[in-house]
Amino acid sequence: MRKQLALCVLLTAPFALSQQATPPAPVNENAALEQKIRDLEDRIVALEGQVRMLKSQPGNATSVAGTSTQPAAAPTPSTPAEAPAQVASQEPVHLGGAGTAAAKALNPDISMIGDFIATTGRNRVVSAPVMEMHESELGVQAIIDPYARGDFFLSFGEEGVNLEEGYITFTALPGGVVARAGKMRSAFGKVNTLHNHVLPWIDRPVVSGNLVGGEDGIDDAGASVTRILPAPKGLFLEGTGQLFRGDSSDVFKNSQRSDVSVVGHLRGYGDISESTNLDLGVSYARGHNDFGSSFITSLYGIDATLRYKPLRRAIYKSFVGRGEFIWSQRQQPTAPPCLAGTCPLGVAPNFQRAFGFYTSADYQFARRWFVGGRIDRSARARDARITDNGASMVLTYWPSEFAQVRGQYRFTRYGAPISTLSLPGKEDANELLMQIQFSLGAHGAHPF
Amino acid sequence: MMKRLTLFGLLATLLLPSLAFALTQEVGGDRISVEAIAKGYQDPHFVEAKPSFLLKLRNADLLVSVGLDLEIGWLPPLITQSGNGRIQPGGNGYLDASQFAEILEIPQGKVTRAEGDVHPLGNPHYWLDPDNGRRLAKGIAGKLGELDPGNSAYFQQRFADFDKRLSEAEKSWDAQMTPYRGRKVVTYHRSWPNFAKHFGLDVVGYVEPRPGIPPTPSHTLDLINLMKRENVKVMLIEPYFDLRTPNSVARQTGAKVLVMTPSVGGEKGVDDYFKLFDYDLNLLKEAFDASK
Repeated sequence: MRKQLALCVLLTAPFALSQQATPPAPVNENAALEQKIRDLEDRIVALEGQVRMLKSQPGNATSVAGTSTQPAAAPTPSTPAEAPAQVASQEPVHLGGAGTAAAKALNPDISMIGDFIATTGRNRVVSAPVMEMHESELGVQAIIDPYARGDFFLSFGEEGVNLEEGYITFTALPGGVVARAGKMRSAFGKVNTLHNHVLPWIDRPVVSGNLVGGEDGIDDAGASVTRILPAPKGLFLEGTGQLFRGDSSDVFKNSQRSDVSVVGHLRGYGDISESTNLDLGVSYARGHNDFGSSFITSLYGIDATLRYKPLRRAIYKSFVGRGEFIWSQRQQPTAPPCLAGTCPLGVAPNFQRAFGFYTSADYQFARRWFVGGRIDRSARARDARITDNGASMVLTYWPSEFAQVRGQYRFTRYGAPISTLSLPGKEDANELLMQIQFSLGAHGAHPF
Repeated sequence: MMKRLTLFGLLATLLLPSLAFALTQEVGGDRISVEAIAKGYQDPHFVEAKPSFLLKLRNADLLVSVGLDLEIGWLPPLITQSGNGRIQPGGNGYLDASQFAEILEIPQGKVTRAEGDVHPLGNPHYWLDPDNGRRLAKGIAGKLGELDPGNSAYFQQRFADFDKRLSEAEKSWDAQMTPYRGRKVVTYHRSWPNFAKHFGLDVVGYVEPRPGIPPTPSHTLDLINLMKRENVKVMLIEPYFDLRTPNSVARQTGAKVLVMTPSVGGEKGVDDYFKLFDYDLNLLKEAFDASK
């Protein structure tokens, strides 16, 4: 390729010299020469473009490097669609063996997001350290082949590592179906799907902690199928069905292989205007809980998000109002054994029906500044007689797209001290949280 | 048999109410149906990946993107969620238009974000050079013919017609701008390198201290001093940027702030590729004449 480029340049230079050495050509001859120069320029630009594309495409980068040991990869845009299959049939596939000069071109996008949190104030119910490197999220993402992509997100705490998500997404299935397999955050509601670094707050709402497993949430190994559903014109309707192993924080627990859990989500979206849209969803989740295979937990959820972002000033002004309403139905042992003292700490006997919600609003008032507030209220899943309430104010500053500084004042009125038995008694907490988040490398964009 | 293609993309986003729209519509004529994702007056770096776009993407035969990571913050999840195997990167229905264009400002050596929101593969605002517009149209016509061989001759004929009209317009634009070649200007973002190169403008500074970083007081002061020293009298601002800082700089330097449209659809009446240059060049000429 370099030889070809050099040749074009060499051809152009003598041409320019001969122009200077000869008398002025007739007008039509000049026009022809100008056209010829333009054509040559176009050829150089086209060759430069091809080189860029070859360098940026893994499989073709391999051929640039003069090797033939890499797996088949995406064709150049000008290559017929059948090409990948043909190449694949000629060359052995080596999974993960990018040990050649093209190894860098084959590397996935790698990113690390740091999340530092400092907490001050008084909270005798749920204590957090005064300062902590709360989470460091390592993202490794790449297109696997023309039919699938892979995404891994590993969460590093100050001690220990957790596979937050790791899944393959099949993007080219027939019927417009998008399927995933691996470990993933379930599609229950909105907040459960979000990684910490894309939350509009430092913490998660009280209802997430009380009913949906808190920070880890419903995050389990399984398979997911999503499809856009037929709907009236202008309305986006999407259905998601998921089947999980049945282990999700303290929400679901499988005691035997058949104790799988399921999650379903139906999403409706519509543009109210160019700048405003409304996003609604209903969710359902069902699985076995930590009392055994005979005890079922069911969750029902409704979520709503209203967004406003004027396109012409989209980088300066926006508003997002959102809310989630969640009902939990949890089977627990009946009164006698529990009253006899067999129930774990903070667990009430019998069937527990708990309800909780949060509503929040976030307003962007300058290119780098956001202010927001959130109201929380939620009963506890294991003892629905106890309800926690809260309110927060949040101020966020983005020095750039890749770093964020956030402050949050949080007031929480706990319905009962969590550290003791489920006895009534209010406990107030006033806290100030500060957070610094920063991103290294190429972190893939998250779904809207 | 006539096949009807559906195309989406920023390129159209850049050429009509979308670039692919304008250039693709030029060469596709009535044999295709084309829609744009981003509006011309919208910052193409920060488009929201709305689910309503999925309704368009899921049936598209071809997705034309600007490429060079311009859409990296929003297009990849849309493509993944679309459930459309044709338009996945590497698929036959995915066209990165940057491969056809002359790309400027390709970083050399190590690239870090200390330089701001840099694009490691080069400046993605390449469509504001008519020569690149011609190359893109040619590339898109070729792609359309590949997807729909029965109409290949039609697309080529449409391209030939576009090429002819563009060449005539280009002569006129070049002639209009000849007296102003070498004039110094300041721009807000690095959106105009290809435009400046084609029309002989000298971009000596930027309102942003680094690409994607909002202006700071110290940088603004430096910019004012630079503009006074270099006698810069024209500032080119994209329609989606706040005008407070440019206006403040203009007051102190005597410069004129021009809200130029970088894409088709950026202003009322700018609804094709030719009107885009007509609009921007008229603004420039008036400003240069007024600053004589």
